[in-house]
Amino acid sequence: MANFVIVGAGECGARAAFALREKGFDGTLTLIGSEPHLPYERPPLSKEALVAGAGPKFVAEPGRYVEAGIDLLLGRTVSEIDRNAKRVVLGDGTVVPYDRLLLATGARPRTLPGAAHGGRILALRSHDDAARIREHLVEGSHVAILGGGFIGLELAASARKLGARVTLVEGLPRVLTRGVPAEIAEIVASRHAAEGVDILCGAKVAGVEERAGEVLISLGYGSVVSANLLVVGIGAVPNTELAEAAGLTVENGIAVDGLLRTSDPDIFAAGDCTSYPLPLYGDRRIRLESWRNAQEQGQLAAANMLGGADVHAAVPWFWSDQYDMTLQIAGLADGAVSTVRRDMGEGAFILFHLDAEGRLIAASGIGPGNAVARDIRLAEMLIAARIHPDPAELAAPETKLKKLLAA
Amino acid sequence: MSDTWIEVCAADDIDEEDVIRFDHAGRTFAIYRSPEDTYHATDGLCTHEKIHLADGLVMDHIIECPKHNGRFNYKTGEAKGAPVCVDLRTYPVKVEGGTVFIGI
Repeated sequence: MANFVIVGAGECGARAAFALREKGFDGTLTLIGSEPHLPYERPPLSKEALVAGAGPKFVAEPGRYVEAGIDLLLGRTVSEIDRNAKRVVLGDGTVVPYDRLLLATGARPRTLPGAAHGGRILALRSHDDAARIREHLVEGSHVAILGGGFIGLELAASARKLGARVTLVEGLPRVLTRGVPAEIAEIVASRHAAEGVDILCGAKVAGVEERAGEVLISLGYGSVVSANLLVVGIGAVPNTELAEAAGLTVENGIAVDGLLRTSDPDIFAAGDCTSYPLPLYGDRRIRLESWRNAQEQGQLAAANMLGGADVHAAVPWFWSDQYDMTLQIAGLADGAVSTVRRDMGEGAFILFHLDAEGRLIAASGIGPGNAVARDIRLAEMLIAARIHPDPAELAAPETKLKKLLAA
Repeated sequence: MSDTWIEVCAADDIDEEDVIRFDHAGRTFAIYRSPEDTYHATDGLCTHEKIHLADGLVMDHIIECPKHNGRFNYKTGEAKGAPVCVDLRTYPVKVEGGTVFIGI
């Protein structure tokens, strides 16, 4: 009987495990995770887990692992992949043989050089991180956040809801530089300012020092921020060490082909830890840190581990919730030469990004609630269909995007 | 159980292959018009994270949640796979004299 092993029990690994069973895999299936919890969804960690102290939102209830015959090894690390013997060796010496292996090892927060993480300097990746951060988010406390990306900004919104004072320090001239147009980042920043978040852009951190009861952050121009807690949200690093030690190709993530196979045909990789070629953008190799990508790649890897031959071609898609606003982005906008704006009322709008040939390559939207969701979803389909839309139609809110899809 | 028929809207208020929100007596519903011009109703909130489905996209006989893309067959309520695993409750709908009614 075949042995399939999945290393990494996050969204991606768990989805892959269930997908293997749904697709008829009847061998032994082992899912190994370093956290003590059952696989859970990470998006709530910067929101409900902080604001409401909610427990982990499980990908599936415990009983479903038993029903599906998935052997869970939780709180266990893998120390080695032995490709010759086709087995993984755990930190405690346990050996698990595999016929096919999936690496869904995820990513970890980038740390701030020169700062000892722990205590009052924390990052947010796991449920336990969220619980530790939450202890500091009380009325009147002061939290400093380093990094104006999605994590930092969502955390700022949650901290404000709990009545904490927030100072957000960003090294670049504006927040959300990665993948979000300036026009939208500006709206996000103004909303945070209106909610009382103190945003310092273009501020370099010269040093961080933890003292009794506080953490002092020295900024390049001589000023010092003193806070009860510093949360570092300056990006994530893919967990590629196991793959690298096993001699697999690593290129800003564990390098896979369109089928999510690594340089070893019996080892697949998926999710945050993986870099893959994206056919829609000239096979440019990218690595995505997103919930939906983790889920889709986990499911596709499962299918291809069972002999499927489908290429991962999904349009990158992200969302972020801050206060009552939702921001959604489909596609990659960096090759865009022109932008068309579609206003949808109540402050909601979408920017459509077109390349030099007039092809729609990305769409970014923001608005209250889910006001932009449907049109962003349709934009995603238009992007996947490589459509060259009429800019005037994109700009007119009365034009149904579904109609452009059918055209 | 006998249904009470509640008036929702004019049949033309919903575009073909589209969905609207309908609130009644503290409950919220999603009312659909299919490409075949039939009308359907389900609970309004996605079974995954309580997001309103009326902001979602209707494609053929599928409604997709606007937040996390969970999919349901809105005619039967059947959940179509991750991240949704709990079916959506459906309700009978009738159209009389150009008006849509939901049976609750």
